[in-house]
Amino acid sequence: MDINETNVRLWSRFGPRAVYGQAMLALAEKCPNVLAMSADLSNASGLAPFSRKYPKQFINTGIAEQNLIGVSAGLAKEGFIPFVSSFAPFVSMRASEQIRMELGYMQFNVRVVALGSGLAMSFLGNSHYGLEDIAVMRTIPGLTIVSPSDCVEVVKVIQAAERYEGPMYIRLTGAVNNPIVNTTDYEYEIGKAIKLNKGDDVVIVSTGSMVAKSLDAAKILAKKGIHAEVVNMHTIKPLDVDVLEEIVNAGKPMVSVEEHTVIGGLGSAIAEHLTTLKKKIPHKIIGLKDEFGKTAEYEHLIKLHGLNGDSIARKVEIFLKLM
Amino acid sequence: MKQKNDQHSLKDLSKEIRKVMLKMGYASEKAAHFGGGLSMVEILTSLYGEVLNYKVDNPRWVDRDRFILSKGHGVLGFYATLYVFGFIGKKEIDSFQQNESEFISHPIMNLDYGIESSNGSLGHGLALGAGVAMSAKLKNKNFNVYVMLGDGECNEGSIWEAAMFAYHHRLNNLVVIVDRNSMQNDGESKDVMGYFSIEDAWKGFGWDVRSIDGHNHKELCENLIPDKSINTPKVIIANTIKGKGISFMEGVPSWHHGKLTDRTFKEAFQELGGID
Repeated sequence: MDINETNVRLWSRFGPRAVYGQAMLALAEKCPNVLAMSADLSNASGLAPFSRKYPKQFINTGIAEQNLIGVSAGLAKEGFIPFVSSFAPFVSMRASEQIRMELGYMQFNVRVVALGSGLAMSFLGNSHYGLEDIAVMRTIPGLTIVSPSDCVEVVKVIQAAERYEGPMYIRLTGAVNNPIVNTTDYEYEIGKAIKLNKGDDVVIVSTGSMVAKSLDAAKILAKKGIHAEVVNMHTIKPLDVDVLEEIVNAGKPMVSVEEHTVIGGLGSAIAEHLTTLKKKIPHKIIGLKDEFGKTAEYEHLIKLHGLNGDSIARKVEIFLKLM
Repeated sequence: MKQKNDQHSLKDLSKEIRKVMLKMGYASEKAAHFGGGLSMVEILTSLYGEVLNYKVDNPRWVDRDRFILSKGHGVLGFYATLYVFGFIGKKEIDSFQQNESEFISHPIMNLDYGIESSNGSLGHGLALGAGVAMSAKLKNKNFNVYVMLGDGECNEGSIWEAAMFAYHHRLNNLVVIVDRNSMQNDGESKDVMGYFSIEDAWKGFGWDVRSIDGHNHKELCENLIPDKSINTPKVIIANTIKGKGISFMEGVPSWHHGKLTDRTFKEAFQELGGID
């Protein structure tokens, strides 16, 4: 898939789910071992074109997420590379024990693609929101967790996932008209965070949809003379501890931002690592409160939860003042 | 290519497997799952002695039939079978339930030992087996997939998700054996969760259902081969007795997971024809 100006704009308009479907289509063309599997959500996964073009490589398990994972594991056992998708809570929690046994314990090469995680499911409500999936998935040994920062990175992640050894949880956040973080092609490696800009006053470490919002915040802060570096921590597990330690060694304060509960997500993962280091730096976790909130349009919710650029900038400013 | 122990009849092999089970459980000096292991011995000897295609000297042979023990707590019977048929040695069975051993109360996947999957949590094996059976269809392979469930295990909803899937995809290379010993952890299945016809349930999901005597090798061998002339997966409801072969264990709930003493070990062993 060509990463050029037109595609970058087009994919951003389509949103991560449709782009996932496009990336799978391109992958199947060159890799007959790749399978796309869905629990009766092929349209919502952007997989309708895939299912038409590669019917033998598309498997629908019906509305049965536990079976989705179990069957995919059996196929992975025999050498296939299944990408299985459903909405984030349905795969990460309804089928979490299947993921624990089949993907964690037995290490079958399945890629679980969590659709519409965070608040992207908007008016479908809390039943469909991915509030806690990082926390649940992160505790399973041997499972890699990735959350792409924009639609270009969705393509990069799917391409990297085909070659990656080991099970993965790929968390898609954001909606249609998804902000663009990456405008040109770049080197992407699972487990290696990407520094997006430079800034000496504070480092904002973000994942998924919050990378773009953190870049917005950095721009707002820059106008106030606060220079924030933004790091795209697209891989939540294994965490890029080298980048974290660089920040700590430089003595910069750190803010982590995620569209996920403040319990057990990226911020927790960072904090867990910081406790192991001798040198200490201040660290603030920005995320969703530990509650089931209101339902609204996606961007409205982002503002309501204080996760837009303005809110993040304000929180960073207060954090730096209180230090 | 089939490899089997031709020197013994399936009946003798079943007796030998039961002896190995007793020795392993006794030597471990810990409680072990005897009841649900003993109930499936004839099924295992029929599979490994007659039905399954495998090469004991090449356990990863790609065209081997796959056997998945979904009722993982029955693993003592499975280990003893793997020992008697030459997949594992004395060193392995001697490590049963010892610290840091791979031979614990539930199977840990190890293809070199002939163990296709890790189990222990119930309700996982059928979906896994359905995936493996589907892989054979996609790759035009002729191997068959056998999944052993317990009747208590059929309480798990995930079993029925997989049953639905296997029928929808016409996985006629998939055979499920339900070891219906009519008991589960908390007692008799009819008291815990069992007032329905398990045969009708599987029929309702579209499966080819055979209800047979699960301790009769002839009936087992006749029914275990999949019937590829029909387009549905097959389920064998194997009616068995929990603890089969050891009179004081038969149908006794406490032997679901029990510990052999010096006295009970000797008694059990004598029932199988004495110390060897």
